[in-house]
Amino acid sequence: MTALATPMAGSLIQSIDWQTVAPPSITAAVALGVLVAELFLPARHKPLLGWISVAGLALALLSLVPLRDGTRATFCLGSSTGATAATGGSACSYVADHFTLVLQLLVLAGALLTALLSIHTVKESALPPGEYWFLLLSSAAGAALLPASRDLATLVVALEVASLPAFALVGLRRDGRGGEAALKFFLSSVTATAVMLLGVSFVYAATGSLHLTRIAAALPHVQPQLKTLALVGAVLTLVGFAFKTAAVPFHFWVPDTYTGAPVAVAAYLSVVSKAAGLSGLALVAVVGFHPYGRTWGLALAILAALTMTLGNAAALRQRSDTAHSAVRLLAWSSVAQAGYLLVPIAAAGYGSAEARDPLGATVAYAMIYGVVNLGAFAVVGLVSRRIDDYRGLFAARPAAAIAMAFFLLSLAGLPPGVIGLFGKVVVFRAAVDGGLGWLAVIMAVNVVVALYYYLSWTAKLFQPAPSTSAATLRIPVPLALCLGLAAATGVVLSLAPQLVLQITSGSLFG
Amino acid sequence: MNAVLIALLLLPLLGAAVTLVPGLFGTDQHAAGRRALRFGAAVTGATLLLAVALAAGFDRGHPARMQATTDVSWIPALGVRLHLGVDGISLPLLLLTTLLTFLCAVYSLRRLPDGPGTPSPRAYTGLLLLLETGMVGTFAVLDLLLFFLAFEVVLIPMYFLIARWGGENRGPAAARFILYTLLGSAIMLLGFLLLGLHAGTFDMTALAQRHGRGLSHTTQILVVLAVGLGLAVKAPMWPFHSWLPDAHTAAPTTGSVLLAGVLLKMGTYGFVRVLLPSAPDGMATLAPYLAAFAVVGILYGSLACLALVRPGAKGDLKRLIAYSSVGHMGFVLLGIATLTPTGVNGALFANIAHGLVTGLLFFLVGAVKDRYGTVDLDRLTDSAGGTGAALYGRAPRLGGLLAFAAVASLGLPGLAGFWGELLAMFGSFHPAADLSRPTYLVFMALAGLGTLLTAAYLLAVVRRVCMGDPSTPADPPSSAGPALQLLDVQAYEAAAWTPLVVLTLVAGLWPAVLLGLSNPAVKALLGGS
Repeated sequence: MTALATPMAGSLIQSIDWQTVAPPSITAAVALGVLVAELFLPARHKPLLGWISVAGLALALLSLVPLRDGTRATFCLGSSTGATAATGGSACSYVADHFTLVLQLLVLAGALLTALLSIHTVKESALPPGEYWFLLLSSAAGAALLPASRDLATLVVALEVASLPAFALVGLRRDGRGGEAALKFFLSSVTATAVMLLGVSFVYAATGSLHLTRIAAALPHVQPQLKTLALVGAVLTLVGFAFKTAAVPFHFWVPDTYTGAPVAVAAYLSVVSKAAGLSGLALVAVVGFHPYGRTWGLALAILAALTMTLGNAAALRQRSDTAHSAVRLLAWSSVAQAGYLLVPIAAAGYGSAEARDPLGATVAYAMIYGVVNLGAFAVVGLVSRRIDDYRGLFAARPAAAIAMAFFLLSLAGLPPGVIGLFGKVVVFRAAVDGGLGWLAVIMAVNVVVALYYYLSWTAKLFQPAPSTSAATLRIPVPLALCLGLAAATGVVLSLAPQLVLQITSGSLFG
Repeated sequence: MNAVLIALLLLPLLGAAVTLVPGLFGTDQHAAGRRALRFGAAVTGATLLLAVALAAGFDRGHPARMQATTDVSWIPALGVRLHLGVDGISLPLLLLTTLLTFLCAVYSLRRLPDGPGTPSPRAYTGLLLLLETGMVGTFAVLDLLLFFLAFEVVLIPMYFLIARWGGENRGPAAARFILYTLLGSAIMLLGFLLLGLHAGTFDMTALAQRHGRGLSHTTQILVVLAVGLGLAVKAPMWPFHSWLPDAHTAAPTTGSVLLAGVLLKMGTYGFVRVLLPSAPDGMATLAPYLAAFAVVGILYGSLACLALVRPGAKGDLKRLIAYSSVGHMGFVLLGIATLTPTGVNGALFANIAHGLVTGLLFFLVGAVKDRYGTVDLDRLTDSAGGTGAALYGRAPRLGGLLAFAAVASLGLPGLAGFWGELLAMFGSFHPAADLSRPTYLVFMALAGLGTLLTAAYLLAVVRRVCMGDPSTPADPPSSAGPALQLLDVQAYEAAAWTPLVVLTLVAGLWPAVLLGLSNPAVKALLGGS
């Protein structure tokens, strides 16, 4: 299937390149299919829904393959057809360039791992399967749509499609915590959305367009009396996305939401939701508001420094013996990691034309972080939500303990987690390259601080077990699959970092 | 030849991976542990043989040339190349590393700390092999980012060696070790990135050939500051040494040996390999400060040791040797800071000598701890009625060895410790042309004072540990039984220590073996002549 025809002038019918929009569409279709299928499935076959969802996500991942040259676009304004529009001058709402593809890969693969993790969670916590899978897949569809969106309206819609099901997912656990967590998440998120919509309307009023490329072209020529309006609009829009990435000071919902949510949902929020928010932030900042680069570059750099510092400080203060300490620690560490992820975007604001695109560093780091963080959450789903329960894990479950040690050290960025180390190296390089030396130094200190809590957790794994529980527990198949996939990806990437780091060598757009 | 060098890196790494295979060493816990330790000794032994083969095949006529080189692209996106090679500077360090690791593996066959809460010997073997990979890697790679990677690889195994097999207070000591070093190396990475991005390459040989051409003075100073900080923490240079005494006191014997014998050298090696040739202007500006810190380190280390050796100070012998390492590494740093071939050669010689002598000292102190149950100098002295620990009388060979290692450490002519420190002071008598000579003369005089203080505390150690009346009962009698009977040097101990004793003598009597290797390479790195 290729672009069918040139759109008829004046016609309301647009030609749609279905193959280009396949990844989010397949996910959405499977979501609806699962919801309907649940009505007709007898109760004993309900677990099948999980595997259908996994298969659907795998299919969506496969649909990325024909797009890999990264030149497709659809829903375009103007005369050109989709194939040339990605590089041409016309404005398209949906572009499948390399930025989109890599992030869709991250989002869908992250959702796939989450789904494997969820099969266990749904069974264990007796969550309603039909609703759960529908919500998860809908949210994934929104998250997959987001990096492809190139106009503010589509971006907002995609962000809401990704977020709204997430609120419900958090609340699915039928105890008090889940409800409270969902409410907290919902209220703060809706506030952010409202602020963002206000910002979008300001930008539209000032520039007369919703398409990012046209906004970028129009911003330098905004009428003088509208300059403030455009700037305020840009700031407010960025705030909305900063909320999604859980950047300080929009991070307050994170720890409570993560602890209240099922483990799989917390994993989903920390990777897929965050990647979606990050891609939105990157798109709006780098593509849309490029003329204001200096301004938001500095703002994001300060935000990044605050985010990583506060996230690490809070993670340090977690006591290992409290309930949910493992999830809380991962929650705060994900806040800190969001800080690292913001560094290259901030550097992009300073970037000159001939320098290499620092965004690749963010995307590469996000992929690495996604793999190892999901792996760590999978172990949490397997073992316990309390850090003290990990004492002596090596004696009871050597494979899980070694995998967990690998994931934690990768998050810390120390060998044998080589890939985590090189992930940090590309982020550092982006900062040094962009002239943000002070931010690089702050990040270096933070990396050391973070090592402390990752390492003390790792050390717990290898401590002697408190009691000799000889019962060797079998790992459920989907969990083992999830763990194995994450660990294998991590090890392969550690041996051949080029596989993921090649993202950083060229420009992702066009 | 290059296959040998690659194998030198891969063998321990594969060995470490093999220890992860479940059920490989049998199901019986005790037998599996013994098999794992033997496996570790075999792998480190094979690695040592490879290193010896590498040395045998090394073209001694051209030690300044990189030999056994491999250069393939690994991560094109970052410009990281698997660039390996050895020259006259790294070859002795490679030999020292593989030798000490092998000796530690042999020693561990019989003397691995065990007891409740100690992990299995299999984990120990895996960590030791991983540690060796990192140490060998540091001295064999010629790419800045790869050097950083190898630098970091050693952290986790050493952390666990201290934290899981260590003595009292091991948890905080291990954490302090890793956090300190990581903070240093994270800043060092920033320096590497600054250097690599401005020079356009991460390749050490290319950077060395350029001699800082194309790098502004400011950049060079920033690079030296950032990279130097990371290396100074590792070396350790005063005032960044405070992790070292704790780590050494808590570490098990083999951990101490490798920490002092190899890990500290990674810092000084980095100064010579990376900073001297790549940022010569920055080094020239900052060298006097480096030398000043080095001299403070020499004096501080020996004064701290003198304080520890006083009766009633409850001085821990391991802590004392750790502080003496601060002093010895001060000489190495002083030699580097002279920026002359003489000084740098002396630094490299002192590096090797310190590895041999301090490695031996830590082995011996470990043996003393095994026998007396303590290395607290006061309690040792009390074990023979307050006159001394009477090692000469109770275990004459052990006592003799300890005295030998002590005088080697204080720099007695004819033993390894002498040449390095002498050359370092010679270097500072005639520092490089653009350095202030009077300043360096003051440094030299202070360093000379340091050698006197070093002799003072080491002789005091010999007096308090080796001498004394063996027939006097302990005072108070409870701390050790009357007429304490001690085992003298055991076969496994002799096997682990003899090579170090022999090499200490060889290096002392025939320094040209080492200097002939390092001198041309140093001259090439310093640029010309």
